[in-house]
Amino acid sequence: MNAWLAQHLAALRDALRRLAASPLNSALSLLVIGIALTLPTAGWVVIENLHEATRSASGIQQISVFMAADAGKRDIGEVESRLRGAKIGTWRFVSRDEALKRMQSLEGMTEVVASLPRNPLPDAFVVEPADARPESLEVLAQTFSGWPKVAHVQLDSAWVKRFDALLRIGKRVVALLALLFAGALVAVTFNTIRLQILAQAAEIEVSKLIGATDAFIRRPFQYYGALQGALGGLLAAVLVAAGGYFLAAPVAELAALYGGNFALRGLSPGDTAVLTAAGAALGWLGAQISVSIHLHQIG
Amino acid sequence: MIAASALGKRYSEGLEALKDVSFEIGDGEMVFITGHSGAGKSTLFKLIAAIERPSSGSIVVNGQNLAALSRGAVPYLRRNFGLIFQDQKLLFDRNVLDNVLLPLSIVGQTGKDAIRRARAALDKVGLLARERATPVALSGGEQQRLAIARAVVNRPAVLLADEPTANLDSGSAADILEIFRAFHQVGVTVIISTHDPQWMARLSPRILCLEKGQIKGQMRGTARDRADGGGAR
Ligand SMILES: Nc1ncnc2c1ncn2[C@@H]1O[C@H](COP(=O)(O)OP(=O)(O)OP(=O)(O)O)[C@@H](O)[C@H]1O
Ligand SMILES: [Mg+2]
Repeated sequence: MNAWLAQHLAALRDALRRLAASPLNSALSLLVIGIALTLPTAGWVVIENLHEATRSASGIQQISVFMAADAGKRDIGEVESRLRGAKIGTWRFVSRDEALKRMQSLEGMTEVVASLPRNPLPDAFVVEPADARPESLEVLAQTFSGWPKVAHVQLDSAWVKRFDALLRIGKRVVALLALLFAGALVAVTFNTIRLQILAQAAEIEVSKLIGATDAFIRRPFQYYGALQGALGGLLAAVLVAAGGYFLAAPVAELAALYGGNFALRGLSPGDTAVLTAAGAALGWLGAQISVSIHLHQIG
Repeated sequence: MIAASALGKRYSEGLEALKDVSFEIGDGEMVFITGHSGAGKSTLFKLIAAIERPSSGSIVVNGQNLAALSRGAVPYLRRNFGLIFQDQKLLFDRNVLDNVLLPLSIVGQTGKDAIRRARAALDKVGLLARERATPVALSGGEQQRLAIARAVVNRPAVLLADEPTANLDSGSAADILEIFRAFHQVGVTVIISTHDPQWMARLSPRILCLEKGQIKGQMRGTARDRADGGGAR
């Protein structure tokens, strides 16, 4: 067990030594891997934030339920009691008189309204459902329009639905990007390790001749690949954080314009750990493939 | 114990480098393998260390038949040997001490303990003062002694040296042979190949003479048989 641990520590030390031995090469490889991981990660963060933004935006989603012109007090009472019974969120009644008054108070409308022979506006309910998911809103609107003396139901969630569909496409795109760049990471590591193996052919040959196992020879390369991938993952996390920092102020401004207090969400420590681990795993994979292919060519 | 019986090796080019070679080498023996260039000395060396596989016959090391040895078992077999290669195979991008540390790291020995053992091995071959030098800066004889230090650092039961005195003047060669004799005296089995048996006979009671891949003579004698040892080929 102790010898086992010592061998792994030695392999790790060897990998670190190689990383430090050619700082420029290491830095360039790291940069490539870091950027390769940054793009899908940034995409993911953007999608997550947009998702969050629409969730809070759809929170002020309203459904307007317009009553028929001939609806009487009893019909209004009926809808009111149904809304109360349905327990779907908050709602408020806007009588046709109140609607007209509001219209009158709008600039330029005073005269128009005064010239009307009678109030053309219907009574209405403005509903703010607690469950603001586009699907649920759709169902509610359907239900409302089936109620008696309801003339028209207006739901402004079409854009939310479209946006949701776009987000789904975005998620797929990010997944594809992640797959592509994961492949790039594996390829970069494969090549780095290939060059290292070529450079150390003499050492590998001698080691094998004097009793090194394949595992012993592979280990430092695997550690190197994993280490490089992990550092690349960390670099990507730093780059994404820097990007978020750079965008935070304008996003807050935009959110303020929409009356929200939306703040950009970056990577959590858990996300960073996952990213680092994924980088390490991909680096290890690239190294493993490279070592399997190239070690057979030596000795 | 190393036992070969009807051992044959044919390289892919079709040339028969060894045919029908049989011998036994007991623990603690010192044996010279002699023969002209191309006689098959290095081939025999490689068969014993499982660097090459026999084409026919068998070779058994410590009860293991090398022809049937699995790939995974080869490294562990080789750790029984201290190998000194004809072309030495030193690592020229590492210093003297690191060259000697390599076999230790392979068996999981690292740190202060390993450095202590590596220095002890360098001390035995008189290279302790040069531990920071790179092998390029060493003379031919010093390089050969470095190769020996690397071979013995793991205290192998068998030292297997392929032409360790080639290209050395007789003084340096005598130094090298003294080192081998010292290991032989503490019980290490020593097998040395050379095509120049003249002054080796004074060390060895046993000489295996190869000619065109076959054993042409086996000498067993004392130091006084020097002239006969030379004539055995
Ligand atoms: N890898 C190989 N492939 C093909 N033929 C080989 C190979 N190695 C050796 N031979 C041939 O086998 C024969 C014996 O070679 P070997 O190297 O064993 O001789 P040797 O006795 O060590 O010679 P030297 O004293 O010059 O080192 C030679 O004819 C050589 O050409
Ligand atoms: Mg030879």
